[in-house]
Amino acid sequence: MAQLTQPIPSTGPRHSSPEPRRRRRVRAHSAGGQQKAGPIAYALVILATVLSLFPLYWTVVAASRTDTELVTPPTPLLPGSHLIDNLKIVWDQVDMTTALINSTIVAGCVALSTVLFATLAGFAFAKLEFRGRNALLTVVVATMTIPPQLTVIPLYQIITNVGWVGHIQSVILPSLVAAFGVFFMRQFLSEALPVELVEAARVDGAHSLRIIWHVVFPIARPAMAVLGMLVFVQSWNDFFWPFIALNQQNPTVQVALQGLGSGDHTINHAVVVCGALVATLPLLLVFAVLGRQIVGGITAGAVKS
Amino acid sequence: MATSVRATSDGSPRSSRTDPSKSRKSGAPGPPGGWRAKAFRLDTKASPYAYIAPFFLCFAAFGLFPLIYTGWLSFHEVQLGTHATWVGFDNYTALWDNSFFWTALRNTFTLGVISTVPQLMMALGLAHLLNYQLRARGFFRVAILAPYATSIAAATLVFIQLFNPDYGMINQFLGHVGAGHVQWNSSKWPAQIAISAIVTWRWTGYNALIYLAAMQAVPADLYEAAALDGASRWRQFVSVTIPSIRPTIFFTIIVSTIGATQLFGEPLMFGGSVGVSGGTDHQYQTLSLYMYDKGWQIGELGQASAVAWVMLLILLLIGAVQLLVLRNNRRKLGS
Repeated sequence: MAQLTQPIPSTGPRHSSPEPRRRRRVRAHSAGGQQKAGPIAYALVILATVLSLFPLYWTVVAASRTDTELVTPPTPLLPGSHLIDNLKIVWDQVDMTTALINSTIVAGCVALSTVLFATLAGFAFAKLEFRGRNALLTVVVATMTIPPQLTVIPLYQIITNVGWVGHIQSVILPSLVAAFGVFFMRQFLSEALPVELVEAARVDGAHSLRIIWHVVFPIARPAMAVLGMLVFVQSWNDFFWPFIALNQQNPTVQVALQGLGSGDHTINHAVVVCGALVATLPLLLVFAVLGRQIVGGITAGAVKS
Repeated sequence: MATSVRATSDGSPRSSRTDPSKSRKSGAPGPPGGWRAKAFRLDTKASPYAYIAPFFLCFAAFGLFPLIYTGWLSFHEVQLGTHATWVGFDNYTALWDNSFFWTALRNTFTLGVISTVPQLMMALGLAHLLNYQLRARGFFRVAILAPYATSIAAATLVFIQLFNPDYGMINQFLGHVGAGHVQWNSSKWPAQIAISAIVTWRWTGYNALIYLAAMQAVPADLYEAAALDGASRWRQFVSVTIPSIRPTIFFTIIVSTIGATQLFGEPLMFGGSVGVSGGTDHQYQTLSLYMYDKGWQIGELGQASAVAWVMLLILLLIGAVQLLVLRNNRRKLGS
């Protein structure tokens, strides 16, 4: 069907080809983006942006209204004045303070340990020669495909036996490492860390821990920051295993939200949405400040080597 | 040159031979270089394994062992805290005879298709648009990624309001344009469409950014050559862009498929009090929910394990099919 356009092999100096119809602004990072966006492209991109942001905006609207205002058409489109009242009810119905603290501890620990171990393993896979390297890297990538459903039953038996149901260490321990992180750091360090630096440090007699500390960590720092943010977001939003391992007495934010919405008390829709806002706001603030770095991080991990 | 002593060939400094010889086995003619050089060589050889050890140890403890143990459990009758009794394939035959299992399997498949296929197509188109020269491109990229920052739980709670049949904004809008009154919870297809809308909203921007990164790595001269050959923009998109980012498309298909197979939080919370059964008629109960129902509501961990292993088999099957398709594609393209 669609035939591949073969690239013209550049043999020697290029002949002066006829001028392309469009003048291109040469951008260091842009290859296919040579064309200026027309009005239709703008309209579609703006439509996509509105569709992405509207539910978030409407979360703020609904969280600041009363239940009655919410369930009587027409649905309000502007924020009301009941945000504080709703927040109070959220805190009355679920232990949101504990939930926020728990989520912060869990996501923080998981992010720190993932970044540390992923940097070590990523460095080894990117720059060190050892037997079985490629096979082991294949194993790492393959582990990304295992869904949590296949591990939760034995894990649940274990945490029941040791009395950890409802304790956050049962959520932290299984996510101390992440295959995605190892792969991400390997991609970054393959590009960013000149192998000569490692060799030079070796010739100077530095042992490997010193090389990690003085050579690898300084160079990996930006990628470590991005990976830390990505893992923090993922861990903060994680639902399946925390929902099984924790309970409403000691929840993470997501588990508390589930309790808020599942009808243990009369459902007040505005309060439920208000809870969703509380759960989302910390991350949205992070996005507002560091969005560009996160965008860069997601795209950096995607490009195949 | 090559005639130097071996101790320096591994890059270690020449250590003076005045160290206490307690670290060397007396009588054993050790290689030249003394204990420090030996330690150094050992360090060089062993350190890679030390770096990857934490990952593999954790994976073995919290990934591989539970995975295999789940398989072992699936051949037993076992409740929480009881001893497991061997029952052979009984759990699997019980699944085969259970109509709710087939419903869950069908729902997982249909939900997977309607939440993945439109999502990836929209992501591809969006990435193509973002690849044009746009003003405020940084803002657009952050904006379409914002849904990724919301959790399954939060997004579902908000979308329940929007999809409420009686007062939700979506039915109001449909009323304005003269469409009917859709029962978003109780009828099967509307409920599945509403759930897939949550998935699509959260992930389209993320996948668009991944495609965009791949598109920006496509060499510009490919487009120039195509333009010189008189290819229209659409033709360039179909014949240059898509083939060039084929590996990335394949990658996102795999990741999205794995994600769709484990759909749990969205239908659970969408159903509210009837979430675990996936609606009053199980009309959107997924395999994950079915497994939770068996394991945590009924307490039959063996049966839940069997469901989990069926999920693994399905994933392996899908993976094999996708690999075959990829191979065939490669062969057809002759590259």
